[in-house]
Amino acid sequence: MRNEEWPADSSVSPAAGPNPPVSIMNLTDLSALEQAKLVRTKQIGAEELLELTLEHVEQTEGTVHAFITVCEKEARKKARDVDRRIAAGEEVGPLAGVPYSAKDVFCTRGIQTTAGSRILSGWLPPYNAAAIERLNAADAVLIGKTNCDEFAMGGTNETSAFQPCPRNPHDPERVAGGSSGGSAAAVAVGAGAFSLGTDTGGSIREPAAFCGVVGLKPTYGRVSRWGVAAFASSMDTIGPLTRSVKDAALLMNILSGFDPRDNVTVRVPVPDHLSELEKGVKGMRIGISPDLMNLRGVRCQVSDFRDQVSDHGFDYEKIEIDPEITAAVERVAGILEKAGAEIVSDVPMPNTQYSVPAYFVISRIEAYSNLQRYDGLKYGRASQNGQKDMYEFFADSRQEGFGREVKLRILSGLYLSQKEFYEKYYLRAQRARALIRSDYDRAFDPQGPYRLDVLLTPSTPVTAFRFDRQGVDPLQVRYADQFTAPMNFAGTPGISFPVGKDKNGLPIGVQAAGYDYCESKILRAAYAAEQEMA
Amino acid sequence: MTEYIATIGLETHIQLNTRTKAFCSCRADSRDDLPNTNICPVCTGQPGALPSPNAEMVRKALRLCLAMHADINPVSYFDRKNYLYADMPGGYQVTQNYQPIGVGGWLDVDMEDGRTVRIHIDNLHMEEDAGKTRNEDGVRLIDFNRAGVPLVEMVTQPDLHSADEAAVYLMRLRQLVRWIDVSEGDMEKAQLRCDVNVSVAPAGADRPGKKCEIKNVNSIEAVRRAVNAEIKRQTGELEAGRPVEQWTIEWDDEARELRKMRSKENAVDYRFFREPNLMPVVVSEEMIRKVRAEMPELPRERKLRFISQYGLPAYDAGLLTAERETADYFEETLKVYDGDPKRVSNWMMNEILRLMHDLGISAGALKVRPADLAEIIRLVEGRTVTMATGKQLIDLVQESGKSPAEIVNEKGLAMVSDDAALREICEKIVEAHPKEVAAYLAGKETLLGWFTGQVMRETKGKADAKRAGEIFKRIMNYELEGVHNERL
Repeated sequence: MRNEEWPADSSVSPAAGPNPPVSIMNLTDLSALEQAKLVRTKQIGAEELLELTLEHVEQTEGTVHAFITVCEKEARKKARDVDRRIAAGEEVGPLAGVPYSAKDVFCTRGIQTTAGSRILSGWLPPYNAAAIERLNAADAVLIGKTNCDEFAMGGTNETSAFQPCPRNPHDPERVAGGSSGGSAAAVAVGAGAFSLGTDTGGSIREPAAFCGVVGLKPTYGRVSRWGVAAFASSMDTIGPLTRSVKDAALLMNILSGFDPRDNVTVRVPVPDHLSELEKGVKGMRIGISPDLMNLRGVRCQVSDFRDQVSDHGFDYEKIEIDPEITAAVERVAGILEKAGAEIVSDVPMPNTQYSVPAYFVISRIEAYSNLQRYDGLKYGRASQNGQKDMYEFFADSRQEGFGREVKLRILSGLYLSQKEFYEKYYLRAQRARALIRSDYDRAFDPQGPYRLDVLLTPSTPVTAFRFDRQGVDPLQVRYADQFTAPMNFAGTPGISFPVGKDKNGLPIGVQAAGYDYCESKILRAAYAAEQEMA
Repeated sequence: MTEYIATIGLETHIQLNTRTKAFCSCRADSRDDLPNTNICPVCTGQPGALPSPNAEMVRKALRLCLAMHADINPVSYFDRKNYLYADMPGGYQVTQNYQPIGVGGWLDVDMEDGRTVRIHIDNLHMEEDAGKTRNEDGVRLIDFNRAGVPLVEMVTQPDLHSADEAAVYLMRLRQLVRWIDVSEGDMEKAQLRCDVNVSVAPAGADRPGKKCEIKNVNSIEAVRRAVNAEIKRQTGELEAGRPVEQWTIEWDDEARELRKMRSKENAVDYRFFREPNLMPVVVSEEMIRKVRAEMPELPRERKLRFISQYGLPAYDAGLLTAERETADYFEETLKVYDGDPKRVSNWMMNEILRLMHDLGISAGALKVRPADLAEIIRLVEGRTVTMATGKQLIDLVQESGKSPAEIVNEKGLAMVSDDAALREICEKIVEAHPKEVAAYLAGKETLLGWFTGQVMRETKGKADAKRAGEIFKRIMNYELEGVHNERL
């Protein structure tokens, strides 16, 4: 039975001009909490909601290209099960009947999982990722697997083997961001109420900012990584992309917690993030760091990298940040101050500038090692060249299976990890990592000079740029991770939430960064800002 | 003629006998399973699978470290050793390269010529096993059942100087790992594996020669043969004036042949770095105290104590301490018997070890318990049963599980030592065998044994053989002699 209040028509008209507006007021654009409530109170059936969503996916996919796989069959089965249990008066989970998507790096039993790579095309995992299990237990309905950069290696989604790659729903000429670009685009257009992403250097927060949705990267060890194809294991985190801060809070309730299968997860109690939201920001200390309101980088080619590191150190120069973005950060600070928070505006984060080069070293070394398992032998795509020699077979399978970006990263990983460079690159990058961590320790130390609860920064130096890179400095693209990657090093949480639009009508993201296991605090800050701007 | 000195170091891989694998909950022992039936996402390197460390592996590694007198790193780390091979599912082996659990250590080994040599250990580290590769009709078959089984790799310093020393060290190591229950230690089943580094140099040379590593040596005898062959090869090279090159060599024990696998120039860079998916291994003082408290007396200490405390010959002490259960068996028997340790030792070595060998079981699995053995020895000593019956009793207890006294009663095995009864039997035999009596009296005194044998047959072994001999002597030498002469 369709409720008349909720018109089902949610088409995106291709004829709507260069920036086709995504229609807002319809059922599929409601938040996960709202959708869950409608299903639970039997105002709409889970299957009915699913069909509306699938219809909507079909209508938007031609423009947005968010999905690699849509799993209607499995989704219908789950939705029917939810409907049956609700009809029978049985207990259902907090997300009962809510359609969602997951980045294609999450293993889904029997449903193709590619990590955006040819080498895994057609692979049907024998097991579910921990996050998928938890959402399944919450009775959410998985509708599909979203496109992403190959093995999450990229910031624009262009490195995916599955083309066309996702388009920014606010302007299809522009990137959706990456690597969780398909997830951000899907959530932005209402193709599912939320999506699961991964963040190794900013891969949840950057596309969330570009597409105008909420993206949360939890503390390292807060959410189990079991069943997620690895990129750089010491920094990989799992988190939600949602259309509201409240949804992100609900998802952190569901996703957080110890998992014996992921050795880095911890037994830190998980608060009810939803009720925490109501506490507001009164009395919170909110910091702004001049080091993270500016951008400094090295204008050198990757080929110069070795000389830069070994001989001169880095030659840093200032890189422009979109002034509308820094203004948005100030605006949020103003809102929070009005709501009773104290603003600390001179927090030094001097070591965060090393994060991009150090990230380059550690992420590539871990990534090349993580990718060694893809040999064409055990699963995924094998070379059909008929090579009899084992190493030739491996080489052919990897040559055919991996894309250019992944190969570049494997090569740099192999170069940087050589025994004679262990001290020069790996250990040095680990020392830089410890320094970056010390910046966060100092800023958030309850006995220290700054005693922050939350640090506000831009999510990205620019808003979504064009596929042809027109109008952006290449350095702005290379350093797009500058505000997000330091936290993957430090292991601390961050949330990007939309704060209005720039002069081109593109969403601006502001990041609230927190300390270990303090997701509730950054959620509270983002919620307070969201409420004020609504 | 120049004299040459060999210097030998051993790299051993000890497969731990934990219940599950190192980083997943698959069974560690799947020797009898069909290929690729004891596997999961972790040990087959599926995308997204993560390792979770086995606490039992850490405890067993710690026990081995302490038994080897190693220093324990309170915090140790796992690293990745990166290489591509079909039977290494993740593309890297999880091991401990930079900061292993145990550093240093030693084992004192009594050599066959009576010297005691202290073998020093460089380090002990935990790691995971690879799967198995089998080549069949030009096809490479991969079995991941073994992938992820926990190992401890233990590297000795170059303290050994002959094939025999290397072999004895391995025997002692095998004894130790079984003794402290960290491994089954069977080389043929690859539970104990050994790579041998050998270098030969002229005596008095200030530097050892270039070392060669022999891989794939899978029995103690094979180690002996391979090392001897390699010493011979390197000595030959040196005598011919050719430099020894640093090779990795494979030993084919069937063909008794060394085969070059690769030279040093082709050495692989494993690009070790920290395994980010595993937290550091933290060993607390309390854990160390607990493992120490549970540590049994070690085999060599026990052997030396058997010699000093019980006055046993070194040979006996060595055999009795080959396995911990055997040593326990001996001491428990001795405690119940409460008499001469050497007598118990003799019974153990002659009867119990034979029985264990025949049945292929350990001392602990015997139905003849130490109290039974003590009782049997007492029965023989008290002349309730003969020595022959005593030995027979061991088998009977093993077969029936009944106590020795019970069996003696049931089967009427008590010794016939009553002179009257025995004399009657002896007289009958003498009467029945005049020819033998004549031969005996004519000087063939060895026939006395034959006569006692007849008595034993007649009494089904229950007679006191010594007493029967005395009776025969009296009858034939004194009582019959006169009669015989008369007949002449």
